[in-house]
Amino acid sequence: MKKKETKLPETEEGTVLFNVPLPEDLSQLKKMSPIIIKWPYHTDYIHSYGQDSPFFAGLANKKLLGTKCPKCGYKYATPKFHCMYCGSECDWFELPLEGKIHTWTTCYYGGQEFLKETPFNLILVEFEGVDSLLLVRLVGISQDEIRIGMKVKARFRRNSQFKPTDVYFVPAE
Amino acid sequence: MRDVYMVSGGVSKFTKARPDRTFQPMVKEAFDYAMNDVPNLTIDQIDGSVASYFSDHFQRQLMSGIMVHDYLGLCPKESKRVEGGGATGGLCFQTAWAEVASGRQDVCVAFGFETMSHVNTWKGNEFIALASDTNYDYPVGGFYTGYYAMMVVRHMHEFGTTREQLAMVSVKNYQNAFHNPYAQKKMKITVEDVLNAPMVAYPLGMLDICVMSDGAAVCILADEKMAAKLTDKPVKIASVGCGTDAMRMADRPHGDVILLPHESPDDYKGLKYPGVHSFRAGRMGAKLAYERAGITNPLEELDFVELHDAYTSSEIQTYEDLGLCKYGEGGQFIESGKPNIDGICSVNPSGGLLACGHPVGATGLMQAVFAFWQLQGTIGKHFQSDKLQIKDAKRGLIHSHAGTGTYVTVSILEKPF
Ligand SMILES: [Zn+2]
Repeated sequence: MKKKETKLPETEEGTVLFNVPLPEDLSQLKKMSPIIIKWPYHTDYIHSYGQDSPFFAGLANKKLLGTKCPKCGYKYATPKFHCMYCGSECDWFELPLEGKIHTWTTCYYGGQEFLKETPFNLILVEFEGVDSLLLVRLVGISQDEIRIGMKVKARFRRNSQFKPTDVYFVPAE
Repeated sequence: MRDVYMVSGGVSKFTKARPDRTFQPMVKEAFDYAMNDVPNLTIDQIDGSVASYFSDHFQRQLMSGIMVHDYLGLCPKESKRVEGGGATGGLCFQTAWAEVASGRQDVCVAFGFETMSHVNTWKGNEFIALASDTNYDYPVGGFYTGYYAMMVVRHMHEFGTTREQLAMVSVKNYQNAFHNPYAQKKMKITVEDVLNAPMVAYPLGMLDICVMSDGAAVCILADEKMAAKLTDKPVKIASVGCGTDAMRMADRPHGDVILLPHESPDDYKGLKYPGVHSFRAGRMGAKLAYERAGITNPLEELDFVELHDAYTSSEIQTYEDLGLCKYGEGGQFIESGKPNIDGICSVNPSGGLLACGHPVGATGLMQAVFAFWQLQGTIGKHFQSDKLQIKDAKRGLIHSHAGTGTYVTVSILEKPF
């Protein structure tokens, strides 16, 4: 027999409280239960992508842009404006739109912002001839079908949101 | 540099939520416990403190460090805060060590805390994920368990590590925690329980992951002269080491393994390192700590290790980084029983983060306190049971680790008496 649910789900509504009673004897106060209030917090950040902005402009134009070090030749799939190895300022170049899965996971939970999108797949993509990887979502495939080494290709949102999720990958096999 | 000793420690009981206290008196519980353990120490003999807490988001209070420092009665002595994600506690411990080693302070208090109950678990996960690149990584699905899951999927691919081996880590640590009165979660679990727990991010399920906690921990460090005055059981900090790696996993290179003295390049032919399957920062921290303490064979020369097992997978990966086994052998290492409480080198005899909880800023210091008690031989006194006391423990290692292996600290503690 299936066990019956005996616990109500916890919610965060709380209640509006305007006063609490105090005992006559103040020495009793140390036994008082804590007062817990709800304290909302919302901020609109003015977030600049700064030197990374061309990557997002690239996504809006259905292009994947990486950076390449002119001095040591290191190629970054996730752009770095200055090279981690020699400190030179890097140049932009176009990444191939096809790559392979380096590693992956399927998230059944997530941070609150992404909870409603679960389950979703995350992959790190490796591109031929590029030294570093790129983190993206993999769409159109279920957990048991994903394999390391599988070929995947980029797709772009038509209406750009100027977020790294403007690009996502799908199986290319 | 001068020799540095740990002379006392205290831990508040880690728990899901501490609505009865704000963070200052919570730290004071751990501080008073530590002070009571060295009755000869007075507040005026303390030269300063170092504060450890990770997230201003959880606190929603800037400058929390000074609020604790003043609450403990330490003003106007010197103090500072250090921060480095999950390794904040370990970095705090090493900063306090540096204060004493440099001769700037004779007695330094390292205190740490976190109050993660102030938001729900999923909001908390969102806050933690802000410790990933907010241009490229966070917006794709910012979730730390997801990042660690990708790392272990690659580890499984490279080395054949299995979910059963991950589960064995959880079973071991819960088994130990059962006898630790400070542990947040006390459950007897089996490999089956771990494998059948709800999936969070493949292959990590609910019982492969530590929980969020409220808690505090305090370590008191001193120079040789003060240590001798304060206790007949000081524990020497034989060495400290710290390593780093790029924040974005995507940036981790594919190069050669950083070798420890008992390894050779032939061990790792064809292995691209660290990739995303290993923590280069952990290996670097270990290499430095071993060199500075003169350790050449860690498995033989360490009696126990308290390491950062926020995920079962990280424990397996960390066996390898610390050189308890070779890269790729972490799965077999847990199967061998070597890290069990009665094994050759017990790993997380306290129960680790998985079972004790992980109030971030307190965690690295909690490990130090448990290691300190092990080396003093006073587990029985502090745990009211000596079931977890490792017989004749002479040398232990503590390991603190920040998000996807960005900062990792390794400190070696030794019994000098
Ligand atoms: Zn370069």
